[in-house]
Amino acid sequence: MAEIVIKGVAKSFGAFQALHSIDLAVADREFMVLLGPSGCGKTTLLRIVAGLETPSAGEVWIGGRRVDRLPPRERGIAMVFQNYAVFPHLTVFENIAFGLRMQRLPRETIRERVRRTAALMHIEQLLDRYSGQLSGGQRQRVAVARALAMEPDVILMDEPLSNLDALLRLEMRAELKGVLEASETTTVYVTHDQVEAMSLADRIAVMNEGRIVQVSTPVDIYRNPAARFVGSFIGNPPMNFITASRAGPGEWDVAGLRLTGPEAGERLEFAVRPEDLEVGPGGFQAAVRVVEPLGPHTLVTAEVGGRLFRAVLDSDLAVGPGDELSLLPKADRVRWFDAETGEAV
Amino acid sequence: MRRSGARRAAGARNDAPRAVVGSGPAGRFLFGASVVLLCVWVLVPIYLLLVNALSSPQEVTGFPKRFVPSFDFGSIRFFASFAGVAQALWNSIAVAALTMVMSLGLGAPAGYALSRFEFPGKEWFRMIVVMTRAFPLPLLALPLAIFFIRTGLDDTALGLAVVHTVLAIPFATLITFSLFSGVPLELEEAAWTLGCTRWQAFHKVVLPLVLPGIAASAVFAFIVSWNEVFAAAVLTVQNRTLPAFLVQSLNVSPLHLKFAGGAALVVPALVFIFAVRRYLFAMWGIASR
Repeated sequence: MAEIVIKGVAKSFGAFQALHSIDLAVADREFMVLLGPSGCGKTTLLRIVAGLETPSAGEVWIGGRRVDRLPPRERGIAMVFQNYAVFPHLTVFENIAFGLRMQRLPRETIRERVRRTAALMHIEQLLDRYSGQLSGGQRQRVAVARALAMEPDVILMDEPLSNLDALLRLEMRAELKGVLEASETTTVYVTHDQVEAMSLADRIAVMNEGRIVQVSTPVDIYRNPAARFVGSFIGNPPMNFITASRAGPGEWDVAGLRLTGPEAGERLEFAVRPEDLEVGPGGFQAAVRVVEPLGPHTLVTAEVGGRLFRAVLDSDLAVGPGDELSLLPKADRVRWFDAETGEAV
Repeated sequence: MRRSGARRAAGARNDAPRAVVGSGPAGRFLFGASVVLLCVWVLVPIYLLLVNALSSPQEVTGFPKRFVPSFDFGSIRFFASFAGVAQALWNSIAVAALTMVMSLGLGAPAGYALSRFEFPGKEWFRMIVVMTRAFPLPLLALPLAIFFIRTGLDDTALGLAVVHTVLAIPFATLITFSLFSGVPLELEEAAWTLGCTRWQAFHKVVLPLVLPGIAASAVFAFIVSWNEVFAAAVLTVQNRTLPAFLVQSLNVSPLHLKFAGGAALVVPALVFIFAVRRYLFAMWGIASR
C-alpha cells in the first residue's frame, strides 16, 4: 500500500513562489499525471515528493508515513529522470543492479531481478554495454529498468519521453503503460504533453502557475474542464471561446445567437470544442477562412463574431475559403466560464 | 545541424549511437597533420635531450651530430654518483608527492563546493583563488623564510610542499570545479533515489567519473612542484630538491653534465605521466579504444 498524500505543500525560490499550497492525494497503484505548461511547478512538486527538494511548507505522506523530512533513499521511491541519468561508468547490468547492491541483497537475487527487469524492458542483449554505446531510446529503457528493479512503492517520472523522437515516444508510451500497470506500483508522471497525459493517466492533475487547477480522469478533464485554462490547454485543435452577454434570465447572447445558459453570472464566456460543432440551420454565422482536409475529417477555421473559430467537420463537406457556414454547437457539449475568474459555471 | 536535418529527411527511425569522428578526407588530413605536429613538438626536445645525455662528452660538443646515441652512460653515471643527487631526487619526489596530496586534498573539496552549492561570495572566492597566483613569490620569500625558521619548517620537505601547495591549489580548485560541473547533478540525484547517502553517491558515482581528471590535476600539481626552483632554492639548504640542486651545482658544470641533469629532471616526470596515462584519457565505453 503506497498512497501519496500531499498536504498544503508550498515552495518558494527566493521571491518566486513556485508552488502555492498544493493538496493532492494519489491512490495506491494509481497512475497520476501532473500536466501543465513549462514553469507551472509540476517538476518541483515531483522533486518534493522524491525528496530532492524541500518544501517551504506542508507535508508529504507516502504509504501512511510522513516523509517530507526524510532523504530520498528512505522514502521507498524510484525515479526516472528526464535525461535518464544512466551512470556512464557502469555497464547496463551494474546500472540496474545499483540500487539492489545498495540494499545489500544476495548476489543471486540481484542477478535474477536484473535479468527479469531487463527482459521486461527488452534490453537483455545490452547488459554488458556502457551508456555511451546506447541510443537515447535504449538509455531510457535502462533508466526505467533500473527504477523497476528496485520494486519501489512509488515510481516518479520526470518527462521521461520528452527527449525521444516522435515515433520512439509513441512506442515507449504504450510499453510504459503496460509495464507500469503490471508492476502494480503507484506512479506519478510529469509531462507537458497532453496526449501523453491522456493516454497514460488514470487521473490527471492539471497545473498552472504553481496551483492545481483540476484533478480528474482524462475524459472528464477533456469534457468538463473546471477552468478556462484547462479547456484551452487540453485539446488540439484548442477549444473555441467567445464572450457572451446577458440577454435575460438564463438567456445569453453569443455572437448574435440566443442560447440558454446558466442563471447566475454577469459576464460569461461561451466555450465549445471544435469537434462539437456541426453544420446545421440556426447556428453561428461563420465566414470560412482556411480549410485543412486531414483525411478522417476536415479542419475549418472560420470567423465568428470577430473571433477565429475552429471546427472539425466531416471530410465530405464541400467548403472553401470565403464561404458562409452555419455552425451549430451540440447543446450538451457547450461549457460556460466566468469571464472574470475563468472558472466553470 | 546537418546531422539532424539529414535525420529528419530520412524520415526513418535513426536511433543509433553517434559516431565519434566525422570522417571526410579533409578532416582526416587535418586530424593526421595535427597529430604529427603535436608529436614533433613534444618529442623532438625530449629526443635531443636523451641523445645528448646518452652520448660521450666528446660527442656532445663535437660536430656533426649522430642521430642514434652511442649509449655512453659515462655522463649519467658521473651525474648519478655526484654527491647529493640521489638525496635531491628523493627530496623532489617527497615534496612533489606531498604537494599533490595536499593541493588535491584542499582543492578538490573546494572545487566540489564551487560546482554544487550556491553560497554568498562565490564569485569573489573564485576570483581570489586565481589571484593567489598573481602574488609574486620573491616578495614572499623573505617573510616566508623567517616564518619557516621560527616555526622550524625551514629546510624540510613539508615546509616546501606547503609553499608548492599554495602554488598548485588554484589550479587544483579550478580544474576540479570544472570536473565536478561536468558530472550532471541528475546522476547524483539518481544515486540518492537508489539508496545512497550524499557521501556514497559521491564515492560511487561522482568520484569514478572525475577520477581521470583528478589524476590529470594530480599530475599537474606534481609537476608544478617538480619544476619549481625559486622557493626551493630559498627555503632549503641541506634538503634541496633536484631543480634547486641542479641550479646550484650545474651552473658551472660542462655541457654533457647539464644534459644528464636535464634528463634526470625530465625522465621521472615522463615516467610519472606514463604511469597515470590511462587516467588521462576518457576510460568509459567507446572512448577507451
